[in-house]
Amino acid sequence: MKRAIPIFVVLAGLLVAIAAANPFFLEPAGFLAFLKRVAPLAILAAGQYFVIVSGEFDLSVGSLVTVEVVVAARLIDGDEAMTWPVLALLVVIGLLVGLVNGLVTTRLRVPSFITTLGAMLILSGAVFLWTGGAPRGALSQGFRVFGREGVWAVAILAVVVVAAVLLMRADFGRTLVAAGDNEKAARLSGVRVDRVRVFAFMLSGLSAAVAGILLGGFAGVSAQVGQSLEFQAITAVVLGGVVLGGGRGHVVAAIAGAFTLEALFTLLNLHGISGALEYAVQGVIIIAAVAVGGLRLPALRLTPSKV
Amino acid sequence: MEDTNQKPAESAQVILRMTGIGKSFLGIRVLRGIDLSANAGEVHAVVGENGAGKSTLMKILAGVHQPDEGTVEIGGTTRSFAHPVEAQRAGVAIIYQEFNLLPERSVADNVFLGREPTRRGLVDRAAMEEATARLLDELDEHGFGPRDLVKDLSVAQQQVVEIVKALSVDARIVVMDEPTAALAEHEVELLYRLIRRLQGRGIAVLYISHRLREVFDLADRVTVLKDGAHVATVPAADVTTAELVKMMVGRELDAYFPPRADASAVGEVRLTLAQAGNAKLDGIDLELRAGEIVGVAGLQGSGRSSLAKAIFGAEPFTRGEMTPVRPASVREGVAAGIGLVTEDRKAEGLALNQPVRDNALLVARAIGHRSRTAVSDLLRRVQLSPPREETEVKYLSGGNQQKVVLAKWLTVAPKVLLFDEPTRGVDVGAKAAIHDLMREIAGAGTAILMISSELPELIGMSDRIVVLRDGRVAGHLPAGATEEAVMALAAADEAAA
Repeated sequence: MKRAIPIFVVLAGLLVAIAAANPFFLEPAGFLAFLKRVAPLAILAAGQYFVIVSGEFDLSVGSLVTVEVVVAARLIDGDEAMTWPVLALLVVIGLLVGLVNGLVTTRLRVPSFITTLGAMLILSGAVFLWTGGAPRGALSQGFRVFGREGVWAVAILAVVVVAAVLLMRADFGRTLVAAGDNEKAARLSGVRVDRVRVFAFMLSGLSAAVAGILLGGFAGVSAQVGQSLEFQAITAVVLGGVVLGGGRGHVVAAIAGAFTLEALFTLLNLHGISGALEYAVQGVIIIAAVAVGGLRLPALRLTPSKV
Repeated sequence: MEDTNQKPAESAQVILRMTGIGKSFLGIRVLRGIDLSANAGEVHAVVGENGAGKSTLMKILAGVHQPDEGTVEIGGTTRSFAHPVEAQRAGVAIIYQEFNLLPERSVADNVFLGREPTRRGLVDRAAMEEATARLLDELDEHGFGPRDLVKDLSVAQQQVVEIVKALSVDARIVVMDEPTAALAEHEVELLYRLIRRLQGRGIAVLYISHRLREVFDLADRVTVLKDGAHVATVPAADVTTAELVKMMVGRELDAYFPPRADASAVGEVRLTLAQAGNAKLDGIDLELRAGEIVGVAGLQGSGRSSLAKAIFGAEPFTRGEMTPVRPASVREGVAAGIGLVTEDRKAEGLALNQPVRDNALLVARAIGHRSRTAVSDLLRRVQLSPPREETEVKYLSGGNQQKVVLAKWLTVAPKVLLFDEPTRGVDVGAKAAIHDLMREIAGAGTAILMISSELPELIGMSDRIVVLRDGRVAGHLPAGATEEAVMALAAADEAAA
């Protein structure tokens, strides 16, 4: 948890800066609006955390979010009665994509970077083919409420955070981190490394489904709704001090990373800096965060080890 | 024993002189005050048990490690190598047990790897192949040519490629590390011939081997190392096999070991192997009983670690019987109550970035073990000091790390616990603590199988000893067998003096 302290300091600083620039931010409504905006990315970051801490990547979540939203709009097509069955279907789609990613990575031994890059392209292609570039249909009122009503978004986010923390404290989470830290030692301790990794991919897929449900209501239906979210999620996780390659970092810090990233975008926006700069900012952050993490390692190794 | 290190034969030209070499790793002294010299055209054998320091000494010569003290002189000038390339330029060539060849490239490519001759900026293949062909010719090797791919060559032929590589850099000192380990009987003769040719060219050959017969066949002088110290350097003609074995292993059993199990404490059979085998093992018969510690001895490559991995399910047996269960995977092994304390605890035993607590609970969590002993009790039992649960294990000393590995297995109360080099890289104090713990664990009803290349440990700890050779059981020895007896079985004919 020690590695997580810097991210909370940075986050606190950014929140203070936002409040200074825009006092509305401190009012309940203002802060709720911020939380609502953060929720999808925070949930994706939690899902991405499971995959990254186990030593893998999931690049498919952005496309998966788009798939979820487009499918929902087309199937519901404004029909309230379809809301709940479609919600259930979206969850199943998320889990299924995660399952396939996980199986291809662990059983066929395709590096997850490639597996999920492929999945990302396949899913984007499928959406384009199915919609011809312009999604049809419409979401129901009952569906949109999750993303639009701040209370719902915050409640879902809270559930995700609590569930993620509990999972990481459970046997699953501890063996997942051990597998990410030292796969061989984990295997030789009887850990079913492949199985926990597949489960991590399924959690990531599930997080994409939930994020898609929130974004559908919040941002509306488009073929670009999930665009580049996978990179935002990975940036958030890395910003939270979670080490690419696995084995180190805390899920709460990863979620705090998402808050920090969103706060940074908000601040840039408040100061009138173009949203187009968001990509460049992310690029700088992800390189800097990994470089700083790398710098710290040799220093640690030099510490005398006679504890 | 007359020490001939300082007085080479009159006509001989001293090419290599290492003086007072000392080296420590992580505060553990592995070499002290080693002297070694070699003359042009001499075969100088370096012998010693596993862990005597032969490899470290050779790695210092090769520039892989830097000595803490002492000097290396080559051709009369003092040299210090910061990098293996510098040693190579100074004329030192090392032929490791595992060859450093690129299988998909040709013989000539391998010989000139990294220093390809060029003509007008392009690699001059013709020159490379011609030079390689000439060297092969000089070695009388006509079984393959410069254009053949290394992957299509036999092990013996690959060795020839390594030797050609050494010749092509004008090596003056060639180190051969267990060169016959991978060779068939008839190929050994060919190697002898090659070594004679190197001698004829005035090259000093340092020959490292466990096989004393080869030492007597080839060497002019023999240097014996033991526990990182220089024992003696003698002309091979002036010493017998028995004397050499005694110099290698003969030492006082001064270390303290806990008392052995008495017969009444040895209980039911926990595991039986009958004619069990796989790719590396054959026809293994073995019985492990509750309460006893069975030692496994054998030279490197004899199948010691393979035996542990096979029982554990990591490299399962494919033939024969193993009762009560023959695990087909690690998970089945763990579920059947078999634990393995691996040889390399950092690579295979621990998740170094995780706290003590998570490592201690790893096995229990992996198999969903219900009745978990409180971690704090367990850490007290293995005497982790201080017993902090939140410290990441990478910050622990080797001894404490090993105790955490033990705790990891004790959480699930294994029926059979396999130890591969239980005290490697552990300081003396922690060593005694781990030995006591092993006895205590056995006393609590676990059957223990212990692999150790440290003969004093093996003999001091074991209730009986199984000696492996070439993947088979070479013999059984009772408690308190001598080091000579173990070595005689392990090294077979050579040491049977």
